Amino acid sequence: MSSAHEILHPDAAPAPLTELEVARLREDFPILRQTMHGKPLVYLDSANTSQKPRSVIDAVARFYSTDYANVRRGVYELSERADRAFEGARERVRRFLNAPDAREVVFVRGTTEAINLVAASFGRARVGPGDEVLITAMEHHSNIVPWQMLCRERGASLSVAPIDDRGDVLIDELARRIGPRTRLVSVVHVSNALGTVNPVREIVQMAHAHGIPVLLDGAQAAPRMPVDVQALGCDFYAISGHKLYGPSGIGALWGRAELLEEMPPWQGGGEMIETVTFEETKYAAIPAKFEAGTPNIAGAVGLGAAMDWIEAIGLDRIAAYEHELLAEATARVAELPGARLIGTARQKSGVLAFALDGIHAHDVATILDREGVCVRAGHHCAQPVVERFGVPATVRASFGVYNTREDVDALLRGLRTAVEVFR
Amino acid sequence: MSDLRDLYQTVILDHYKKPRNFGRPEGADRTAQGVNPLCGDRVQVFARLEGDKVAAVGFEGSGCAISTAAASLMTQAVQGRTRREVDELFGHYHDMVTGEGEGDASLGKLEVLAGVREFPARVKCATLSWHALRAALDGRAEPVTTE
Repeated sequence: MSSAHEILHPDAAPAPLTELEVARLREDFPILRQTMHGKPLVYLDSANTSQKPRSVIDAVARFYSTDYANVRRGVYELSERADRAFEGARERVRRFLNAPDAREVVFVRGTTEAINLVAASFGRARVGPGDEVLITAMEHHSNIVPWQMLCRERGASLSVAPIDDRGDVLIDELARRIGPRTRLVSVVHVSNALGTVNPVREIVQMAHAHGIPVLLDGAQAAPRMPVDVQALGCDFYAISGHKLYGPSGIGALWGRAELLEEMPPWQGGGEMIETVTFEETKYAAIPAKFEAGTPNIAGAVGLGAAMDWIEAIGLDRIAAYEHELLAEATARVAELPGARLIGTARQKSGVLAFALDGIHAHDVATILDREGVCVRAGHHCAQPVVERFGVPATVRASFGVYNTREDVDALLRGLRTAVEVFR
Repeated sequence: MSDLRDLYQTVILDHYKKPRNFGRPEGADRTAQGVNPLCGDRVQVFARLEGDKVAAVGFEGSGCAISTAAASLMTQAVQGRTRREVDELFGHYHDMVTGEGEGDASLGKLEVLAGVREFPARVKCATLSWHALRAALDGRAEPVTTE
């Protein structure tokens, strides 16, 4: 190889993680060192929730052991330490999303709560009778039901942009649905059921041309690719800690300061106020306005630790590695007799969903479990899109940074067993 | 593999691939739906009572091998039984699939589902159609769920 090839162009594709690197980082996950039904545990359900590295587990334990107190109310040293850790985590999330300002990061329980917050606050303030909220046909229930509830309450309607047989959104159909009554476009960045990576920059530009804000559901994207909310141009971005190798029960909503500032609070209580009398309450500034009650403080600290851990590896390299695994697994599953891939979008990330002819997804998952392989079977909290493909349920194998080619081998072994049992 | 073979016995696979009493029997005057919200499986059970006896029973729906075979075997097992006998049979059946009892001679062919006890996550699949049948016989209108 000539030396010229070794000079990395700034735009060069990032190098995928090597097998040695993955073998080393697997050591960080205590849970993976066990057997299931006598076989090594093969965890292929990271789109559902990810496992946690030792540094995250330790950060939470250390925080509870040495720095825990309530935040935003103590005058004593310990409380100040807790405050610093909590606000440090907020700054960590800001950097992770390349948001302009940490005040724009609201801690929530997860993506579901983030979307419910926007529906309850922005939605109630901006969506009225006859208005529309636009989503796509591949949304998770968490990006359908809050809008249905809002629309029912406000006399508004939910508009759904269709998708094609590969699982790509029909972009012209989406464009056609953006109109004078549209108040918000809310779209998944990466589909949990199909793995589709949506052209979200294009969607943001289309909506902004009409002055309509855009929420992106980043639950699946944030653990799988670098996310830069300024480059995306969106107005809200929602993430879950538990899919990001962080604790469950913590997540974040990023929103533009000017929007968050004009939005009314959605839950009342402590921490979200400036002054309270029985006649009137003056609300706190953002983000506290949206964080009533004692938050998941240790969860936020754990989420910060998870982001440290991920960025030390490099999301671009994680993305490149997972892409290789996905491509290999997809090719091998496609060769199985009776296999039908569900979701073959042009750009995919992390998710391989499929159906096996004559074998229900649940039976496949039970048989895989006996091989030590954890996959999800069902509608993946995205019933409308699974039904769109004419199947009652799919098997979904999804990849995380700790998965290996041996894991793909185990998946295929289990699938061949399923075919044999049902022959 | 051996517990998988216990679960997916030939009889179960046969009832999965060729479910018996599939469809709405003639004159069915009561029906109920069973839904497993965890997986989206649905089963609709139909029945016709003559006096207090199950004169005809059938089902529709799509589900896994366990839920389909369980529904199919159920339709054969409850034929001609009184409501009280159906409840008693279900009690024995439930004990068998949850591993809480020793089973009972009255279970007959239903015993092929005993392997479910080794798979606690699948108990709901094996009992969904039974819950729907009992709701139908009781004349309850709301769909029953496994949750």
